[in-house]
Amino acid sequence: MLEVLYFAWVRERIGEPRERIETTAATVADLVDELRGREGRYALAFSDLAALRVAIDQELADWDSPIEGAREVAFFPPMTGG
Amino acid sequence: MRVRVQCEPFDLAAELEGFGAEGDVGAQVTFTGIVRATGGLTRMEIEHYPGMTARAIEKIATEAVSRWALDDCLVVHRYGTLAPGDQIMMVATASRHRAAAFEAAEFLMDYLKSRAPFWKKEYGADGAAWVEARDEDEDALSRW
Repeated sequence: MLEVLYFAWVRERIGEPRERIETTAATVADLVDELRGREGRYALAFSDLAALRVAIDQELADWDSPIEGAREVAFFPPMTGG
Repeated sequence: MRVRVQCEPFDLAAELEGFGAEGDVGAQVTFTGIVRATGGLTRMEIEHYPGMTARAIEKIATEAVSRWALDDCLVVHRYGTLAPGDQIMMVATASRHRAAAFEAAEFLMDYLKSRAPFWKKEYGADGAAWVEARDEDEDALSRW
């Protein structure tokens, strides 16, 4: 099981902050494709990957990063700290 | 080095008590970020990624300490609901000479802006909107 987290407007579009999913996706990009195929709200949240960032187990990652063995994957817009 | 992520306000003077006391410190720089009322803003909600936030900031602070041989470094960043005039965050750096303390503080600010997992949502008379990251913020990282 993989814990998938959403923050900021990604969370708002999907309608929940986190969920546990069963996936066979090999990379982040595969996982995104899988999620997009689920429902319109996912397709909307993931419509522009350039506007999104991803972290695997709380470290920034890339779309082609492997997710095998990962505990959590988080999707969010570019950060606005400071 | 100290890093804290908290909802509560912080007391700048109390935070600086004993800061850098262990080194041969000749310079101490502090920066405090404040919520502006620009555009009729009435409140700001800051969301973060518990678990990742402190670690991401520690990584940035560790880099600053080693690059500028700082004697001490402190970062406090708030989340939750803030009003105009409220403190959002602070950084403090201590070193032998001022150039290192100033530069390291700027480095910390640049990286916290784009690499610490916080997201700001602004509320005003016209409704609410997420603050968008600016290209300039990302470009600012390249100078380091």
